[in-house]
Amino acid sequence: MLRRRIIGAIPVLLGVSFIVFFLMHLAPGDPVNLLLGDAATQEEVERTRREWGLDQPLVIQYWEFIRRAAVGDFGVSLRYGAPVSTLVFERLPATLELAFASLLIATIISLPIGVYSAIRHNSLWDHSGMTLALIGVSLPNFWLGIMLIFFLGGQLNLLPVAGRIEYGIDIHPITHLYLLDSLLTGNLAGLWSAVQHLLMPAVTLGTSLAAIVTRIARSSVLEVIRQDYITTARAKGLSEQAVIWKHTLRNAMLTIITILGLQLGALLSGSVITETVFSWPGVGSLLIQAISTRDYKLVQGVIFFFAVMYFVINLLVDLLYMWADPRIRL
Amino acid sequence: MMRWQRYVKIIVGGAILLTLVICGLAAPVLAPHDPEQQTLANRLRPPSLATTSGRYILGTDNLGRDLLSRIIYGSRISLLVGAATVIVAGLFGCIVGAIAGYFGEMVDEIINKTAEIFLAFPFLLLAIAIMAFLGQGVLNLILALVLSRWVQYCRVVRGEVLSLREREFVQAARALGGRDMYIIARHVLPNTLPSVMVIATFAMAIVIIAEASLSFLGLGVPPHVPTWGSMLSEGRTYMYRAPWLTIFPGMAIFITVLGINLLGDGLRDILDPKLSRQG
Repeated sequence: MLRRRIIGAIPVLLGVSFIVFFLMHLAPGDPVNLLLGDAATQEEVERTRREWGLDQPLVIQYWEFIRRAAVGDFGVSLRYGAPVSTLVFERLPATLELAFASLLIATIISLPIGVYSAIRHNSLWDHSGMTLALIGVSLPNFWLGIMLIFFLGGQLNLLPVAGRIEYGIDIHPITHLYLLDSLLTGNLAGLWSAVQHLLMPAVTLGTSLAAIVTRIARSSVLEVIRQDYITTARAKGLSEQAVIWKHTLRNAMLTIITILGLQLGALLSGSVITETVFSWPGVGSLLIQAISTRDYKLVQGVIFFFAVMYFVINLLVDLLYMWADPRIRL
Repeated sequence: MMRWQRYVKIIVGGAILLTLVICGLAAPVLAPHDPEQQTLANRLRPPSLATTSGRYILGTDNLGRDLLSRIIYGSRISLLVGAATVIVAGLFGCIVGAIAGYFGEMVDEIINKTAEIFLAFPFLLLAIAIMAFLGQGVLNLILALVLSRWVQYCRVVRGEVLSLREREFVQAARALGGRDMYIIARHVLPNTLPSVMVIATFAMAIVIIAEASLSFLGLGVPPHVPTWGSMLSEGRTYMYRAPWLTIFPGMAIFITVLGINLLGDGLRDILDPKLSRQG
């Protein structure tokens, strides 16, 4: 089963690479002309076409693309003049920090609400919890971000509205995750500034995830509560606390953790909008900048990187789930 | 859950969706001003019921255009993109999913692998990627969203058809000499309708947010077409001076999506009790 899952990933990754490669050819007109503009001479166009390998047959272009992609070579960004992979990895810590912070916030909000809603099934608490989840899942995150900026940043002046850290504060880079680095170096001013900058984007990105996980946590706990072994646990006189903590939550958590893991991949792509709203210097905002400047190599590289990351995270979560729950291996 | 609660969700959600449809269809009648008409003398006017120099209930934007009229016209794009995507992606996904589930073996293997490839992309990212290369435009937007959404239908319908094809009524139709495509169209697909309706309703909400997100990023429809997402994007520049430019278009998106999600919840409770227990 495990081997089949891993081998099965190869054609999927090839398919992903084909779509990403093909995207470049979706652009109306010649991508080289589009990129260089009308002012470019025929010589410049021909030279760029040769450099990009666009004068070769499609099959050879595709082979060259996957051969290079396999070693992380997506070419050079025309705007920045640096390798695409370098640009992506420079920006990755910011995106990862934002994604993990959102995941943490979503978990802290959703688990208590979801679990308690299930325990108090059909109560006022349950209905309120589910109404909140419905509101959360219906809020467009870019609007939520703008509203937070307006009220918390502008009107109340409580939090900074853009960037990762206050100008003038230096954090010695170790992992490039500012929260972690400032903790490791004991830089409290840096830590405080990083937390303040991270709070609004993380809430913005984490809200819809919190809503989804609240619903899933509630349904998972409800599913477990109805099992015979819970009735047995109650019948043998265990306290309600023990039934909930030892028997219900332990069994429900497997599904909840799996969903949280799967959502991490989705958060990485959701960061595209949140990063744009908060001028967060991550991979998502890099993608939007690349699109607006028609830096096609960079767009291609970022999209491929996001898709592979999303796929690999999902695969790892699947494998972990199989490892954690022996019933799935059977 | 009490029976009446299910209907309250459907009624409230349905009423919101109906309002959106009416706004979209009757926009020229309902909009108090021409959404494109620029009156620079009236730029950034706050919301007001006063009638001096024209009534602008939700205020005006930086070019003096009436915000309420633009929101009313903006519902057209949300509705058009939402409905078209849901219908096209739904039809395509259902047919492909039914074929995969019904024929199984090699056909299933190929369709399943293709679906897996599309699922390897986070939903919005694929749409962003396609729009980045295709360029702005309503048709491009619908195409991008269809390509990103068909897989959900395909997966669910395939799963249902896998079990339906073993049922007696399908076996009987086969024994009576019914052709495969006829059996799929006449007996198999109609039985997947309840689940498909539930997915389609939630998909509509997701697509409306996606359309607004893409327009917000400047990757949706051309700039001159009023959409809620692009209004939000433009209004962001004047957020502190004219907060109504960001508050009202965002509320329009939120209320619409909330209504559709309510409708979806209600439909799910009634049509698909199995799914209802899960969430």
